[in-house]
Amino acid sequence: MIVSPRQKRTRAAQYAGLACYVVFLGFPILWMLSVALKGPRELVELHPHLIPKHITFANFGEGLHSYSVLHASWNSLKVAAATSLLTTAISIPAAYVLARRRGLISKLGLGWILISQMFPLVLIIIPLFLLLRHLHLTDSLVGLVFVYVVWTLPFVLWMLQSYVRGIPRDLEEAAIVDGAGRLTTLRTVIAPLLLPGIVVTALFAFIQSWNEFFFALVLLQTPSRTTLTLQLARFVGIEGIVRLGPLAAAALLATLPSLLLFVVIQRFLTRGLLSGAVKG
Amino acid sequence: MTTVPQPRRPVMFRGARTRAGVGLSGREALLLMIPALLPVLVLSIAPLARGIYLGFTDSRAGLGVPTHFIGIDNFRALVHDSLFVNSFKIGLIWAGSVTAIQFVLALGLALLLSQPLHGRWLARSLALVPWAMPSVLVAIMWKLFFQPQAGILNEALYRAHLPGSNIDWLSDFSWALPAVILVGVWMGMPQTTVALLAGVQSISDDLHEAAATDGASAWQRFRTITLPQLRPVIIAVTTLDLIWNFNSFGVVWVLTQGGPGHATELPMLFAYNEAFKYGQFGYASALGDAMVVVISCFLVLWLWGRLKETSR
Repeated sequence: MIVSPRQKRTRAAQYAGLACYVVFLGFPILWMLSVALKGPRELVELHPHLIPKHITFANFGEGLHSYSVLHASWNSLKVAAATSLLTTAISIPAAYVLARRRGLISKLGLGWILISQMFPLVLIIIPLFLLLRHLHLTDSLVGLVFVYVVWTLPFVLWMLQSYVRGIPRDLEEAAIVDGAGRLTTLRTVIAPLLLPGIVVTALFAFIQSWNEFFFALVLLQTPSRTTLTLQLARFVGIEGIVRLGPLAAAALLATLPSLLLFVVIQRFLTRGLLSGAVKG
Repeated sequence: MTTVPQPRRPVMFRGARTRAGVGLSGREALLLMIPALLPVLVLSIAPLARGIYLGFTDSRAGLGVPTHFIGIDNFRALVHDSLFVNSFKIGLIWAGSVTAIQFVLALGLALLLSQPLHGRWLARSLALVPWAMPSVLVAIMWKLFFQPQAGILNEALYRAHLPGSNIDWLSDFSWALPAVILVGVWMGMPQTTVALLAGVQSISDDLHEAAATDGASAWQRFRTITLPQLRPVIIAVTTLDLIWNFNSFGVVWVLTQGGPGHATELPMLFAYNEAFKYGQFGYASALGDAMVVVISCFLVLWLWGRLKETSR
């Protein structure tokens, strides 16, 4: 193929554009990494450099200790794991109904999924706070899990039902014609085929709860019960950041779990998200 | 050319329900829904209804404080509350500019990513990172970036001999909001880019090739093929972005706590303070109701766009 000078110019412009995007998207991350790797002397320099002169990993150890990152991570892990398991478990049968039955129930269900994404959280958190206080579940990780289950439910339902739609009906019809009951069919025919979708969805719910901040801020008070995002946010008060290095290191570590999981699921996620959503 | 593919009902499934014993009966459906339905009713729908109602009461945070129905008194007070008016103004500026800038940037990125360029995987991966990052950590990261003394932004400005190298961006009355908007744009890039990219990739190559052989320039093809084909995606994604951004909380809370002097106090931050700092549950709920009104306006805009689309 003959490349005209004009096409060459277009390509060059495209590469320049792409480079700008890479800088815009990646630079803040690079800077956080740089701060995390610098020693205390270099951090107070009047004119900082992007690439550290002396690389040190001391900030990571200090970050883990001084911000109680480990304890808060443990809390976050418990909450996120419980949320992810519970949400996925109660969603599977409901997602099946939403995918397979076109009637009032699924219309209402899908309507609720949409609406729940649009309401300002303040309208729901005040009554939830009153309800949980009545049950003595404020300032408790159990109460937080309840809230997270319902909060992650719309998205989990949406994803799962789109995965169910991808399973051909013939299989379950055959099972039912052969005399298997609805629940047996769900367990032996649908669930195994749905497994990849279930895993992706559960991981997504895990990431969502691991990253959540607003509900934790409202519901948790006792320091020993804080989750990771809440703990790190507390160290960045109005008075500003005191020790940059350890904070940057702690922030990097806190991002790692959801980032790693996200790498695993992102291909499936973008696919599941957009199936049927784009051509609508 | 401008007709949009209608959502197709999968034809092969249509007959299935009429076959005896195969389709789900109403009772079966309800039974299967119950595990999800109960928590939704108790922890989502009922609280939402109560939350809307609380906006018409004088509910307060304290235990055992009686709650009275007070009609629209809260809303009367809201209209005269300059901080409320301010927070909605800032909320609209924030949501509008974040959505608009993000849309332009994401569209550009989506178009680039659909080209056969070397190294696009890097941009694609980087564009997805904000999706996985907790909003609190996005805020911490950008706080490091904006640091007045040790931050890289001011250092870069200083070395380039540009003005502004001694601005404390997040504490400056005129710069805090733009700075926060930049972070909002960065954070929302993934969802918008992914949706637009899927839209761009679903446009058939034939259209572009046909136009190219007719001698249409790249810009003409973009105007007459890409944009019209993307319309439904653009309308949907912009509406959702507007709503999400208007409801945004975490990132700005950690970056500025709404300061300096309410300069970045988004509606949700204002509502959070009213509810959980001052204990004014009723007033904060009224604020939430007002937010719902604004969000409904966004939705009406979207519906209007959809209707125009289908009536063509």
